[in-house]
Amino acid sequence: MNKHTISITVEDQPGVLTRVTTLFRRRGYNIESLSVGVTEDPSQARITIVVPGDDSIIEQVTKQLYKLVDVNKIVDITAEKYVERELVLIKVRADNSIRADVVQIVDIFRGRIVDIGRDTLIIEATGDEGKINAIQDSLRNFGIIELVRTGKIAMIRGNK
Amino acid sequence: MLLKGAEILLKCLQNEGVDVIFGYPGGQALGIYDALFSSDIKHILTRHEQGAAHAADGYARATGKVGVCLSTSGPGATNLVTGIATANMDSIPLICLTAQVSTAMIGKDAFQEADITGICLPITKHTYLVEKTEDVPRIVKEAFYIARTNRPGPIVIDLPKDVMENTVEYAAYNQEVSIRGYRVAKNFNYGQVISAAELIRQAKRPVIYAGGGIIASQADEELRKLAETMKIPVTTTLMGIGTFDSYNYLSLGMLGMHGTRYANYAIGEADLLIAAGVRFDDRVTGKLDTFAPKAKIIHIDIDAAEIGKNVKPTIPIVGDVKDILKALNERLREPADLREWHDTISRWKAEYPLRYENPPGGSIMPQHIIEKISSLTDGNAIITTEVGQHQMWTAQYFRFKKPRTFITSGGLGTMGFGFPASIGAKIAFPDRPVINIAGDGSIQMNIQELGTAVQYKLPVIICIINNQFLGMVRQWQSLFYGGRYSYTDISTQPDFVKLAEAYGAVGRRIDKIDGIDGALQEALTVKDRPVVLDFRVEREANVFPMVPPGGSTLIMLGED
Repeated sequence: MNKHTISITVEDQPGVLTRVTTLFRRRGYNIESLSVGVTEDPSQARITIVVPGDDSIIEQVTKQLYKLVDVNKIVDITAEKYVERELVLIKVRADNSIRADVVQIVDIFRGRIVDIGRDTLIIEATGDEGKINAIQDSLRNFGIIELVRTGKIAMIRGNK
Repeated sequence: MLLKGAEILLKCLQNEGVDVIFGYPGGQALGIYDALFSSDIKHILTRHEQGAAHAADGYARATGKVGVCLSTSGPGATNLVTGIATANMDSIPLICLTAQVSTAMIGKDAFQEADITGICLPITKHTYLVEKTEDVPRIVKEAFYIARTNRPGPIVIDLPKDVMENTVEYAAYNQEVSIRGYRVAKNFNYGQVISAAELIRQAKRPVIYAGGGIIASQADEELRKLAETMKIPVTTTLMGIGTFDSYNYLSLGMLGMHGTRYANYAIGEADLLIAAGVRFDDRVTGKLDTFAPKAKIIHIDIDAAEIGKNVKPTIPIVGDVKDILKALNERLREPADLREWHDTISRWKAEYPLRYENPPGGSIMPQHIIEKISSLTDGNAIITTEVGQHQMWTAQYFRFKKPRTFITSGGLGTMGFGFPASIGAKIAFPDRPVINIAGDGSIQMNIQELGTAVQYKLPVIICIINNQFLGMVRQWQSLFYGGRYSYTDISTQPDFVKLAEAYGAVGRRIDKIDGIDGALQEALTVKDRPVVLDFRVEREANVFPMVPPGGSTLIMLGED
């Protein structure tokens, strides 16, 4: 199924995220990933949602979202040229015997080691979904103890 | 001027033209009620908050104005919920004021605290929790603006006790509304109108399918003009009843599950469907891929989200249906030759009329009562209904002529709606007959409002179509569940005549066909109290014709 990345600009007010997610739940749309944060305008926040669905579902989602009073702008950026990023923190089992191997993989992905335990490492990496999936796969064999991943944030390239 | 929040609230309501509020007091609402005590706004004390919500809704539907209801926090607010959902499904502008515990107590599970704005998120157009007294004027202004513009709907304004009791400087009511994420649709795509007019000119078998949007946008005159100029037959949805005179030769009556056969057949054969202010509800379309299979579709609606939601139109036009029909009418002067189409429809009308037979022995068929009420009031009455068989018989057999004379819960299908709604309508139009056609099941859901109608001397007439069954459910059990009448026999019921009298209303029982006229005529002369007419009818009469659920609207179960 197709995935769409939808960027929603909303009033930065209490309850707005609930309004948006309630709409998704109520209409039976799925959310694959979601991230919320401030924008360059302190009165507005940006919600980036990845929605699986065909064009007609995305059209309905967009139209229904526009009916929310606190929603100011919706852009389906999937068809645009855009930069997308996710951030992942991965805690892997890494005693002295394999630490060098782990570090090598982290370097390849231009990640960073942000914590060293007795036999664990915490790795931080950013990138698009594909890269994050790849680093996750590469580290799996060492034994991932814990993994946290943010939702996707995205921005259209150039002047748009 | 230093004023309390509650006083500011009432001033703002008056500035919005509110002259009546339907409500029920309680602990956290004391401040608001104290301000109401010395206000010019009339307050109607219902006997249950659900009654207040439905009454405000009935007032809104009868007048076209925004209805206002008021409750206390917690259970008072949650009792409004069914009324709010009812208004939301039928796009009725409603302002629901709910008291709330003080801001400092919110989230602490305080006594009579309920998260009403949270509860109402999916069943409102918008909600507000007012956090500062200074915000009251802006929020009230915005709420009314949002409630009545675009596709109308209910708004909840939650009012914490301290916000209502604090005193702030109040200058003048702001007249400007500026909401970044909410714009009123003023324009429409004229190019689409040109294409639509061309389709209409070329159509050989056009049908207009008109809904509640015509009432909301007051477009009945434009609808009549389009139909009569181009000689296009018109079928209406349940919500659209009254938008087109049922006596007009172009009227096909209602379509859908309990529509007329000729309306459904016309949809089945149509080569062009002009869908105006409608949402292709499942009760209208039946099985979607068999609905209007030969037709190109022009879909006009103010809510862009309705376009393509259920049916993909050939020409979508988003905007106010009144403006769009006006623009269409300007481009359409000469009707096409539709004689063949009219002949076909006339043949269907002759062959498949709505019909029932009065049984020998004088017992009463429910349809007959509806016809009697219709002919006695001759289009001047405001009719409200509950939900079930009596509602469908009213939609089928009552001859409506004008918008806002038929008030019913279409989308949500709320039993218990009609009686309180009739109270709201009667408050709005004290000089017009207001009649609630009810079932014996539905009337018991808000029967307590007899107290309200008696207190305010409202001569609402309640016609109970009493078959001692939850009739519509029984009908489905009879047709689709092998006649297993699981929990639908409600023959254990109060003596409605004595019950009416106990409340101080007039009560009459009618169990023979020759008693109908006299009882109705007597009821219409009562001016100072409600009248309950308990019509004992054939117990197992069914609503026909009927499209089985999920089936094609071309295949209807008949009367035989």
